[in-house]
Amino acid sequence: MPMKIGEKPFFDRVDDALDDDFMRNAMASAQDRLRDKKLDITERDDQIGDWEEWRSAGAEIRRHTLENLDFYLDQLSENFAEKGGHVYFAKTAEDANRYIQDVAKKKNAKHVTKAKSMVTEEIGLNEALEEVGCHVHETDLAEYILQIDDKDRPSHIVVPSLHKNKGQIRDTFQEKAGYTGTEEPGELTAFARSQLREVFMEADIGITGCNFAVAESGSISLVTNEGNANMVTTYPDTQITVMGMERLVPTWEELDVLINLLSRSAVGQKITTYVTNLTPDVDEGCVDAPKDFHLVILDAGRSNALGTEFQSALHCIRCAACVNVCPVYRQIGGHAYGSIYQGPIGAVLSPILGGYEEYGELPFASSLCAACTEACPVKIPLHEQLIRHRENYVAEQGNAKTSEKMAMKAFGVGASTPSLFQIAVKGAPTFMKPLVRDGSISKGPGPMKPWTAIREFPAPGKDNFRSWFKEHKKGRK
Amino acid sequence: MKVSLFITCLGEMFYQDVAKDVVEVLERLGCEIDLPQGQICCGQPAYNSGYRKDAQKAAKQMITSFEDATYIVTPSGSCAAMFKEYPDLFKEDKEWQERAQAVADHTYEFTQFIVNVLGVEDVGAIYPARATYHTSCHMIRLLQETEAPFKLLKNVKGLELLPLENSYDCCGFGGTFAVKMVPISEQMVDEKIRHVEESTAEVLIAADGGCLMNIKGRIDRKEKPIEVKHIAQILNSRA
Repeated sequence: MPMKIGEKPFFDRVDDALDDDFMRNAMASAQDRLRDKKLDITERDDQIGDWEEWRSAGAEIRRHTLENLDFYLDQLSENFAEKGGHVYFAKTAEDANRYIQDVAKKKNAKHVTKAKSMVTEEIGLNEALEEVGCHVHETDLAEYILQIDDKDRPSHIVVPSLHKNKGQIRDTFQEKAGYTGTEEPGELTAFARSQLREVFMEADIGITGCNFAVAESGSISLVTNEGNANMVTTYPDTQITVMGMERLVPTWEELDVLINLLSRSAVGQKITTYVTNLTPDVDEGCVDAPKDFHLVILDAGRSNALGTEFQSALHCIRCAACVNVCPVYRQIGGHAYGSIYQGPIGAVLSPILGGYEEYGELPFASSLCAACTEACPVKIPLHEQLIRHRENYVAEQGNAKTSEKMAMKAFGVGASTPSLFQIAVKGAPTFMKPLVRDGSISKGPGPMKPWTAIREFPAPGKDNFRSWFKEHKKGRK
Repeated sequence: MKVSLFITCLGEMFYQDVAKDVVEVLERLGCEIDLPQGQICCGQPAYNSGYRKDAQKAAKQMITSFEDATYIVTPSGSCAAMFKEYPDLFKEDKEWQERAQAVADHTYEFTQFIVNVLGVEDVGAIYPARATYHTSCHMIRLLQETEAPFKLLKNVKGLELLPLENSYDCCGFGGTFAVKMVPISEQMVDEKIRHVEESTAEVLIAADGGCLMNIKGRIDRKEKPIEVKHIAQILNSRA
């Protein structure tokens, strides 16, 4: 499954991540920097006004769009087709890949350039295109780095190569692309640029993702900082845009709000260097427009969330604000999630798209601190959805360990039978006495074991609070 | 003022001294306290682990015990936040949902109650020490109480309150997260402790039993010379 990253089980991936000091330092400092820049431009910048009002507007736009998704998808596809574009609704990743393979075959394409394409990572499009003899060239700097480094995978939704430093990038360039320069970022970038110039010129097809599609005009909108998307969409005669079926807005007015929310939430920028809006205009004969423009609208599991408590997960605008504040992501990085969608939104989205069998552990990889919910610019209740996933996982899927189910059953009984609880409170000091050394428990049996693996467990207090309280009340009368 | 105290299962089982401090502070501020005998646990361990039905059992027990209360006060931001979750927990059951709502509406975390209901910011405490404060996640994000503890601590004589770097980051407790995801939780609590050390505080204060149990458990294991206190212990100090 292309969405998947790594073959190892979850805890092995976590161990690998925790052993990687460089990566962890990179994550922590990137989080601190991104979080601070975001706060600067949302809460401390008086130009934007009340950030909470912006969030409410964003949430309302996304809610309205998703509640009327069929209407806006119809509108988008009609308007796109009316101007000469081709629309294809792909039910699965395979459907999308097959359609794109067919276009490539018809064009006899040899070289494909790509930009802004998280969703094509999700469906494994590069491999599909290679199957039909295409050379696929990633043109966003970070994706380019990952591609030439033996197809390494993204570790962050917005900054895909966050887990690498400039020294590693220099080494990769030297080993894989004949680079002879230093690790100075300007020099590295100039090298990548010189390599990509040729590629842009010879591309037969340009492929992009889609930040938003505007239903009222049948346009797609891309926000970029490097401008490569403009090269990808301008040179070849054929363009294919792949979008998740939820990534649309009704009109340009809503686009304005969402782009403000996106760039500020993602990297703390007021606006990105480029906002590229593309509408097919085959009949107009515009010289630099693609003659053949395809829009692939992808379901691939998204409709699983429609009409359920997870519908608002589809509100996500892929800004990674939740990733940038998640204390778990901070420690384990992106690859440990085993999905190209990492962090809190990844833990919510991956099981929706890929199922519990593959991604059932992710909802538990959260302390439910709600930093994600607080950060989300379109107010997705992420931590609540993680709890909903846990409920589904243990109840419907029968996935939980029997011992845990028994423990929770016992909890249910214990927490609704006061007499039992009082027996436990009174009995605990005696019962646990053999384990107590110097006022705490260092090595606990059974369910206490994982706790005491790294921490002391408190010894139960010897006094009985209820008895004390009773006496205390008498004394006050 | 009549106050029904929800002392929490952790308070009753492990932290009786904190529980007594809570009672003494509230009484000094003129509250008449009762301790509903049916109370046990708010149900959060089951709820957050995905065992909704078992959480409902715990919640029903608590709702029944507390529904006649004028004010429900608890020395835990997290448990107070769970009470606020009850109406949603019973969204398919109108009758219980209404009863849950009544309980949720009357629930306050200890410092929140003192500052926002009693209108008191100086409880006359004296505690000479260099301290820092752990803003627990459920308190600041789910309960949205970011000010009350600071207002109270500011007026404690002798207490020097130091800023805590990345105070917004979770300590790695998260209920069952602490035992299900031990290696990740370990890194989170270690980072928290590192920031506490960097603050140069001698005492770490918080208003949540779970976080305190986690951070103190790790501090003790690593034999760090940092004291860990519940805010009620500070507010009930006289010298």
